[in-house]
Amino acid sequence: MTIIDKTSNVPAPRSAPEGTPLLEVRDLHVEFHTRDGVAKAVNGVSYSVNAGETLAVLGESGSGKSVTAQAIMGILDMPPGKIPHGEILFQGTDLLKLPAEEFRKVRGQKIAMIFQDALSSLNPVHTVGAQLGEMFRVHRGMSKKDATAKAIELMDRVKIPAAKARVGDYPHQFSGGMRQRIMIAMAMALEPDLIIADEPTTALDVTVQAQVMDLLAELQREMNMGLILITHDLGVVADVADKIAVMYGGRIVENAPVHEIYKRPAHPYTRGLLDSIPRLDQKGQELYAIKGLPPNLLNIPSGCAFNPRCPKAQDICRTDVPVLHPVTERDGADLPGRTSACHFWKEQIHG
Amino acid sequence: MRDTTTVGDELTTDTQTAGAPSASKHAKPAKKEREASLWSDAMGDLRRNPVFIIGAVLVLFLLVLAAVPGLFTSGSPFDATACKLQDSLKTPSSSHWFGYDIQGCDVYTRTVWAARNSVIVGITTTTLVLLVGSGLGLIAGWVGGFVDSVLSRFTEIFFAIPVLLGGMLIMSGLQGNAWTVSVVLATLGWPQIFRIMRSSVLQNKNNDYVMAARALGAGTWRITVRHILPNAVAPVIVVGAISLGVYISAEAALSYLGIGVQPPGISWGLMVSDASVRWLQAPHVLLFPAAALSVTVLAFIMVGDAVRDALDPKLR
Repeated sequence: MTIIDKTSNVPAPRSAPEGTPLLEVRDLHVEFHTRDGVAKAVNGVSYSVNAGETLAVLGESGSGKSVTAQAIMGILDMPPGKIPHGEILFQGTDLLKLPAEEFRKVRGQKIAMIFQDALSSLNPVHTVGAQLGEMFRVHRGMSKKDATAKAIELMDRVKIPAAKARVGDYPHQFSGGMRQRIMIAMAMALEPDLIIADEPTTALDVTVQAQVMDLLAELQREMNMGLILITHDLGVVADVADKIAVMYGGRIVENAPVHEIYKRPAHPYTRGLLDSIPRLDQKGQELYAIKGLPPNLLNIPSGCAFNPRCPKAQDICRTDVPVLHPVTERDGADLPGRTSACHFWKEQIHG
Repeated sequence: MRDTTTVGDELTTDTQTAGAPSASKHAKPAKKEREASLWSDAMGDLRRNPVFIIGAVLVLFLLVLAAVPGLFTSGSPFDATACKLQDSLKTPSSSHWFGYDIQGCDVYTRTVWAARNSVIVGITTTTLVLLVGSGLGLIAGWVGGFVDSVLSRFTEIFFAIPVLLGGMLIMSGLQGNAWTVSVVLATLGWPQIFRIMRSSVLQNKNNDYVMAARALGAGTWRITVRHILPNAVAPVIVVGAISLGVYISAEAALSYLGIGVQPPGISWGLMVSDASVRWLQAPHVLLFPAAALSVTVLAFIMVGDAVRDALDPKLR
């Protein structure tokens, strides 16, 4: 019943006044020190999420979206990985400055994560009931019996049929969609304030993808959680996200509210991503693809990281790193929440 | 708010009562299904494996023999008056099934009583090896880095010493009995388990579920005990089960060389050694302890083999 209280007391997220956001990442840098040199995986990422809000982080493999998430969770492997500077403010406290033990208490209780491959993310030697119940036993000190009852309740909540009968089953006895539901249940178990979902539907059947996304969105609404959805699938994003951050080469290249970005992308990379979605009205035509490969993180191109692949690259793109320009209407009117890291954002958005 | 709460509570109780019978309906047929986990599969395999059954019966028999040898023989090898030199090397008869040895002692009594030392050595050595090897292996694999390097190099030093040669060297300075032999064999035997444990921890620690456990707030100790260990323990158990037989034969070898179990202690290796000087004259004195040793080692290796097949079908 606390859920009802919560939602009625907390104002709708988008009308929330400026306070501290639930999570704010400021100028985060992550490097990996490898034998071949320093791989700069994340180069100054800033984003924020409010309670009840969904931020979709979009980008291809190697764009730094998952590394950013791992940094927030504090599960980066820290000899090769390093965070030279940046802040991760969660409810106002910098997670990077917390002692390890304090940080561990945040994980699971305040911030939880859903992984891409639910089969390998569940321990094969324990039953799902034991793994779900473990959350309550460890963090809440419940007895085994109570924890199992809670596990069944959770499985019911993520709509696993016959939860009571299946609580003693092992992960491999579930289908892919059901396994992802268990992962979601596990992440939701302690009703965290923020959930990070790292490509939660990528490993799933297309028919199941929508169901799992709906479930995630529904639970998020119920509990008024912040959600960071990491994905490379623009189709998944459209229905659930409030705002989008597009990442390329370890930087955010465009920020926008979700529907705006489909209508008028302000960065050539976003344009390329949108053009590479198959569309019914283009049946029979060759599908567009962004030429070239993602940048080598050991040797990021000078200037704009996207310049070698950009159809509109000019000389300035090869020399100057573009900052995130606020994007405005043609007449200079504000477009709230929109920024683009392109020297030619005006030409891109206004033609 | 109060109204919503009560309504909500009723709703939940409703769904619970409605849900309960359907859930229990589902539970019934699910009970009949066989639980498919690694261990239950392995148990099922073992129960149907004749090699395991024969081996297990023999092992069980040996354990009883070792625990209460008095059940099988009325004599005691430690009774000095029991041996009479005039009986020396007498062949088996209906009252003394295995005949007499050079000293005129009953070979059957000695063979039965000697089982205890073999079993002690086998079990103690294996336990020590498993504890030390998997403990250190777990630390090396989990902590990694400098600790791993130091532990691995340290292990390699021990790994380089041949068990029998090293055993001879160390035992020659010690009072030989079943316990010292166990400790010495364990000292030389743990690197094998260390390596297996370390590699299977390395293999498992990069699994997604370990990262998931971390992301959900599990501490290092919990991850190690709950998530790494159960997944890494199978290969260790397999090798442990097989090497139990090997340690028993190593003890016999050391005792045969005169540096294992010392008289008045008794051991099959010692008996074989005593008998070997006159074996052409009286082969039965050599044969019975040798056969007992062979059967024992065979039984443990059969069990170990069956366990390996059950736990890791790919190794077959």
